[in-house]
This record gives sequence, structure tokens and C-alpha cells, in this order.
Amino acid sequence: MARRSIEPLLWSLFSAGGVVSAFFMPVLIFLFGIAFPLGLIEAPGFQSISELIKHPITRLVLMVVCIFPLFHWAHRFRFTLYDGLQIKHLNEVIAVVCYGGALFGTVLAGYLLWNIG
Amino acid sequence: MKQPVTYTLYHPKWYRRPMSTYWWTKRWRYLRFILRELSSISVAWTVILLLLLINSMGDEAMYAGYLDWLQSPWLVVLNAFALVFLLFHTVTWFNLAPRAMAVRLRGKRLPDWAVAAPNFIAWAVLSAGVVWFVLKGV
Repeated sequence: MARRSIEPLLWSLFSAGGVVSAFFMPVLIFLFGIAFPLGLIEAPGFQSISELIKHPITRLVLMVVCIFPLFHWAHRFRFTLYDGLQIKHLNEVIAVVCYGGALFGTVLAGYLLWNIG
Repeated sequence: MKQPVTYTLYHPKWYRRPMSTYWWTKRWRYLRFILRELSSISVAWTVILLLLLINSMGDEAMYAGYLDWLQSPWLVVLNAFALVFLLFHTVTWFNLAPRAMAVRLRGKRLPDWAVAAPNFIAWAVLSAGVVWFVLKGV
């Protein structure tokens, strides 16, 4: 039997991450990266935001918004390096760094969301 | 007449014209492709910002420190760039939907915009929802 390729799984994660980031990320970076720092909108107080983030559903959503986009990045960035810089000979190294980074981020997100506050 | 035949152990490699490392600067389409792919860096960066936010939920001072850190000018500039790339990602991603699937209604193929439109509507609704929950809390 031919060895099963892991590529379809990686592509699915890439695709899921693409959808999640397309929907959620522009508004998030606009709020936290631009609107709050520039004072266009007043940032929520600690009480309010911590209650929101500690809510189980928010934790679940945040988990999804962290994990899938990380694998989206890993996959896309990997092929950007391949195609853009034509460094196919570094295949293994790049794959390990990209997917390894995404795995590390996944563990970190899980740890942080589990131990909030 | 017999030609002498030589066999090689491996399949011969075809000649390929070497491509410049900077091939993607040659045309706007290519550059746009690479810029779209690079939007993934903004995606990863947003995850980092989120993880730092979650980490700052320890106490009020940590959250204040996080907001303070976000106010540094270089970060605002960086985030503005990230926003542009994220918007680029969102728009190109949604516009891919009609390429990925041909939706048919009563035997007729729906036009591209009709397949992409629901994505944009859902995006607006979800974004408004995020703003609502972040500002008003639960």
C-alpha cells in the first residue's frame, strides 16, 4: 500500500485557517492595533474584557482563531519560501520550522487559554 | 541500418531555463501573488497579538501594560500594514469562492459576484459581532 500523504491534511488546515482569518482578523487588528491605541474607540475595561475572554465560548472561539490561522500561516509561508526564494533544497528545514512553529503556538494557546487569570 | 543505443541508468533531466530569484518582481500579477502569500505573516502576527492579550488577563496592571505597549508608534504603523494585508487576504480569499465551486440554480450557473457576496455579508455581520462583544462584554 502506498504511504498516505499528510499533504491533504495540511492543506485542509491551511484552508480552514484561511476562512477563519478572513472573517475574524481584520476587525481584531483594527480594534486592538489601531482603534484602541489611537483612541478612536475607548478600549474596554479590564473587568469587561476579562469576563469576556474567560467565558467558555470565547475561549473556544479564541482557540479556533489561534490554531487554524497558525497552520494557515505555516502552509502558506512554507510555499512562499519555496516559490519566492526557490529554496526547495531546504525543504525539510522550512517544513519543520513552519509546522513546528504552528504546533508550538497551538500548545501555547491551549496553555494560556486553560490558565487565564 | 542500426543506430547504437546507449542506455542511461536514470531518466535524463530536461533542460530548464534557470529562473531569477526575483521573478516575482517582473510583473504586477506575480508581485500581487507573492504579496497575497505574504499576508500569512500578518495572520501569524495577529495570533501573537491575541496570545499576548490572553496572557495579559492575569490582572489589571498586565492588561494596562498590554494596552500601553500597543500604543507605541512603531506598533501602530506595523498594525496598519498588517490590516492592509489582512484585508487583502480577506478579499482575495472570498473572491476565490466562485472559482472553487460553480453554484447552479435551476440549471444556470450563478454569476461570480452572487457566490462571493454571501461571504462578504457574513464578514460584515461577524465583524460587527466581534466589535459588539469586545466593547460591551458578556
